[in-house]
Formats: sequence, C-alpha cells, structure tokens
Amino acid sequence: MKSENPRSSTKRLVTKLLFAVVGMFAFGFALVPLYDVICDITGLNGKTSGRYSMAADSEPVPVSEREITVQFMAQNSAGMEWVFGPNEAQVKVHPGEVKVVSYRAKNPNDYVMTGQAIPSVAPNEAAQYLKKLECFCFAEQELQPGEEVNMAIRFFVDENIPEKITKLTLSYSLHDITDYEVAVEGIAAR
Amino acid sequence: MSAAHDDHHHGPAKGISRWLFTTNHKDIGSLYLWFSFAMFLLGGTFAMVIRAELFQPGLQLVDPNFFNQMTTMHGLIMVFGAVMPAFVGLANWMIPMMIGAPDMALPRMNNWSFWILPFAFAMLSATLFMEAGAPNFGWTFYAPLSTTYAPETVTFFIFAVHIMGASSIMGSINIIATILNMRAPGMTLMKMPLFVWTWLITAYLLIAVMPVLAGVVTMMLFDIHFGTSFFNAAGGGDPVLFQHVFWFFGHPEVYIMILPAFGIVSAIIPTFARKRLFGYDSMVYATASIAFLSFIVWAHHMFTVGMPIAGELFFMYATMLIAVPTGVKVFNWVATMFRGSMTFETPMLFAIAFVVLFTMGGFTGLMLAITPADFQYHDTYFVVAHFHYVLVPGAVFSIMAAVYYWLPKWTGYMYDETLGKLHFWLSFIGVNILFFPQHFLGLAGMPRRIPDYALQFADFNWISSVGGFLFGASQLILLVVVIKCVKGGKKATAQVWEGAQGLEWTVDSPAPYHTFATPPDPKLIHAQ
Repeated sequence: MKSENPRSSTKRLVTKLLFAVVGMFAFGFALVPLYDVICDITGLNGKTSGRYSMAADSEPVPVSEREITVQFMAQNSAGMEWVFGPNEAQVKVHPGEVKVVSYRAKNPNDYVMTGQAIPSVAPNEAAQYLKKLECFCFAEQELQPGEEVNMAIRFFVDENIPEKITKLTLSYSLHDITDYEVAVEGIAAR
Repeated sequence: MSAAHDDHHHGPAKGISRWLFTTNHKDIGSLYLWFSFAMFLLGGTFAMVIRAELFQPGLQLVDPNFFNQMTTMHGLIMVFGAVMPAFVGLANWMIPMMIGAPDMALPRMNNWSFWILPFAFAMLSATLFMEAGAPNFGWTFYAPLSTTYAPETVTFFIFAVHIMGASSIMGSINIIATILNMRAPGMTLMKMPLFVWTWLITAYLLIAVMPVLAGVVTMMLFDIHFGTSFFNAAGGGDPVLFQHVFWFFGHPEVYIMILPAFGIVSAIIPTFARKRLFGYDSMVYATASIAFLSFIVWAHHMFTVGMPIAGELFFMYATMLIAVPTGVKVFNWVATMFRGSMTFETPMLFAIAFVVLFTMGGFTGLMLAITPADFQYHDTYFVVAHFHYVLVPGAVFSIMAAVYYWLPKWTGYMYDETLGKLHFWLSFIGVNILFFPQHFLGLAGMPRRIPDYALQFADFNWISSVGGFLFGASQLILLVVVIKCVKGGKKATAQVWEGAQGLEWTVDSPAPYHTFATPPDPKLIHAQ
C-alpha cells in the first residue's frame, strides 16, 4: 500500500466496490427465482409444485391402508365477484391413490371475465406431497356472462408423506385477471 | 502548516458557493449534520402528530389515512433522513482526522452524495401536499399495500428511495476508500479508533444491502407501472417474497444504524473514565460478528407469515446468537468504566444512558426472538417500544453524545454545560416516559399503526404522549446549545477533554480547514 500510488489503488478499490454494488443489485433480483426454487423444494408457504407427470403405464396404485383427509377451500381475492367453491368439502384418500374432485365457478356479471386460481396447501410441509396430475389452476379460466363451469383436479398424495400428517387442506384463492396481461406460462408452473 | 505547500487553498470560499461546491470533508460533514437535524425535527413533528392523536381514544385530530401517512413518513424520515445522514456526517468530519488523512478519498463524489439527499427528501415530503397524499403503507412498505393498494404518490417514494440509496452507496464507497487507502503511516488497522472500525464494517453492510433495497423498490415500480407480477399473487408472484427481500435489506439496515453508535460510545467512555478501552480487539471482532450475523436473521421479522418449523428454529437461534457479541460489547464498556476516574460531562451522560437503555432494547429484542412468544408480540406496541429503545436512546443518544463530544473541536468553543445537562436529563426522562409504557401496551395487546384504540389502553397512551411532548420539546435545547456554541463561548483547548486520546485531539480547536496535509508524527498514534 505504501509503495504504490495511492490514487491508482483507490481507483482499483472503487472499481471493486462498484462491482460489488452491481452484484448485490443483481442478487436482489436473483432472490426471486431462488425463492421459487426454495419454496418448491421445501414447500415453504404451502406452494404446491407444478403439473406432476409420470409415465403413462405407471398409474399409481394405493400403496398403503393409511387414510388421509384432504379438505378443499376456496376464497375470492378482493374485488373478484365470481361464485367459487369446491363441490365436495373433503375426501379421504389412500397415499398413492388418484382422486378426481372438482370446483365450480360462476361469472355473475354481464361481461366476459378471466380468473386465475392460485393454490396453497396447509400444513406447509404437506405441500410437496400433494401431486397434481391435472388442475384448473394450471391455466387461466375465461367465463362468458352468466356461465357456470365445473373445474377438475386430478391428484394423488405421495406415499412418502410423513406419518404425523393425517389431514391436509388445499385452498384456492381466485383472482380477477381480466385486465391483466400476465404471462400465464409463468403461473402454470405452480 | 499550509505555508510550506501550494498556496491556492487557504480557507473556505465565501457565501453560498462554499457549501454548494465544497469538497472539504469538514464542510460536507457539517452539511450532513445540519440536514440530519432538520430531518430529525421534521420526523419529530410527524411523531408529535401521532402522539397527539393517540393522546386519548377516539379520532380527534386527523383521519386514519393521514395517521397512516404520518407513521410512514415518520419512519422513513427518521431512518433515512435523520439517523443515517447523521452518522455519515460524523464519519465525514471525524474519520479523516482520526486516521491522519488530509480529506476523504473521493472529495467530489462526497459533495454529490450529500447534495442529492435534499432532493430525495424534498420529493418524498412533497407527496404530503399532493392529492393522493403521502405514502401510507408503513416504512416497511409491504406489498401489496405498497403496490396494488398504494396511493399514486408511491412512484415519488420509489425514486426518493433510489436517490437515498445512491447517496448511501457513494458515501460508503468513499468511507471504505478513505479508511483503506489514506491512513497515516503507522496507523495500522488494529490501531484505528473503534469509530473508524465500526464505520468500515457499516460501509460494507451498506454496499451489500442498499442495492437490494434499490432492487426491491425497482420490482415494485415494475409491478405498478409495467405489469410484472413480482409480488402479485394473481400473476404468479408472491407478496411474502417482498417481505423476504425487504428484510434481507432491512435487518442489516438496523445494524447500519447502530454499529457507528457503538464506535462513538467506545470513543467517549474511555475519555471520561480516563482509562483505555477494555478489550479493543474483542470489540473489533464483536462488531464483525454482529455484521455477519445480520445477514442470516432476517426472517425473525416475519415469523408469523408461515415458515417451516426448522426455519423458525434456525432464525430464532441465529437471532439469539447476536446477543453474544453484543454482550461482549456491553461488558467491555462497563469494564472500561470500572474503577475509572469518571466524570459526568454531557457526552458521558448520553453515552452511559446509551449503554443502559440500548441494553434494555436488546433484552426486549431477545424476547421478540423467541418464536412462540413473537406470535403474541408481533405487530403490537411491544415491537414499537423495542425498536424505539434501540433507536432513540440507542442510535439517537449516541449521535447527541458525539455532537457534544466533538462540538468544541468543530467550533473551537466549549458548549454550555448547564444547558447540555438540562438537555440530557429532559431527554432521558422524556424518552423513558414516552417509550416504557409502550411495552405494557404491547403486552396487553394494543396493535401498532392504529389511530384509535380500546379504552383499556387509554392511561398508558396518555402517559406516553406526555413523555413524547416532553422529549420532542427538549430537542430544541440541542439547537440552542449548538447555535450558542458556534457563536462563541469559552475557548476550547486542542485536547478539549482531559482524558481524550487520538489524532483528532492533536489538531487545534476549531480544527483548521485543512488538517494533516502532511501526515502526523507516527509517535502520536496511540495503541488503542
């Protein structure tokens, strides 16, 4: 430090620090995908993972006599006027057994609306064991004025689900995205 | 000493251009400190509105939306406008003098990093006069309150935060470059005064987290204006993500506001105890440990949002771990005072009050760190009491201690000790009447950020408000003391305080416009 010109060493230090600043700004944005990955791995926040795909001939079969209660809930986000709810409040499943349940939605308004359902599982740690083969939440729903639809979910509960979990709740919150231009592919990943 | 050198730089320029174009670290330090004091009064005025509304239950003075604007603006102005610029101002004034450097490493950038600040805060404060009103979503600006449901003025807020961040980043680059490259010969790292050490570490924290804050407000900007969905659940985003990114910035930020305070107290207590600081090395390591730990505890602000139990345990234990290096510091301060020949001038009074009251704030922090207990305390006045104890009799008292301690060096005159002591005692009594009852309010269940409350909270709120008015009014004494001291008084000697050690006390009082144009004699550099 003492032998070299202090101005050039200051310049080098400042360059390094500026790189650190830019790096940390980028890191702030990197936290976004990182957060999704961590949520996906850990089921943090009750985020379910996206469409579960398996080989066509390996339809899962009930692998245990355990019974798990899966409850269904629905809520509308602020300003969403659709009538929205599950057709059955709860079902009992054996781990590994594929079940189909459905939700119904009705657009009470006299104009076309688009909705998007976002799933969440409680308890959080159960989220990663709920595998969805098919779900209306993988796509946005467009309903004509007054139209009413039934929307299906095909799912099974992974056999590795911890013993202590006997009941889990799948909840959908429905958002009005009529005026949004969102990239739906991004959502379908959930 | 300038006679032997170029003659073109004798003293300050005259008039307003001195302040607009100055590259002198002492001028810029003064600008920062005056700006910070102005913001302290502005943020304090907002606090007075809050305490006046909470004086009794019911809605008396302001409507709830304006109340929310007051809590938001109070927090933002105090954090970014009062506390942080005050520490940067002290760093500007003192660091070059403490390490025997002639000025900051990047004097022109220094000018810029100060002068963008008034614009940032003018922009932020101007929202109060706009139709949509000032930001009303709390200083933590959680999405979607600050995105989907924000007033239109949120964009002014976003750009104000960008400018404040740019100012802080430039300031910290400057401080790091000064400390690493401009120390006088013989001033090794482990001989640096602790104020310099704590600021070096703080500057690194700022460089690490201010860009993340810039990132999070940029994401908000995109969500609001460009249709992205970082924090919008309908578009596949997640509002909880906001809280994670915000607190990744926010927790180191609270240490940014307290580490320089540790440095100040570590300078003042040895002076008035007339002993060397106990455990200098452990102070340095403790500061570094606290800085490191600050990066891995952020989620303790959000225990209630839903987290795996393993996560809650991790953040709980990591948070409690911070009590260890902090305890080392408190022990060292007490050990420095132990059997010292102490005198109790105003800076020492503020420093001792800092040690006692900051430690109390630390203890309530430990209570909040206990995850299951936090579910009870979360978003209550207990949290308000906790962080005001660490920030007001913590950070703010340390700044006042620093002002009293170095004021004779800055102005060349001794301040009025009687008025100083009066300021201290009124502040000390006021701050405790103000914040101590808030612990009880919080434990009894009063939520924070509400303009009205249930009747059973009336008595403690009344007491708290009286304390608030007392504390607020007493700060005007500080203004009087400083103005009196700038104008004149008893001449200060170079050393000012009998027990003061360090390079800044080897130059005249007031410190000449240019100091250490030639490096100081290495013999003057004391082992700490």
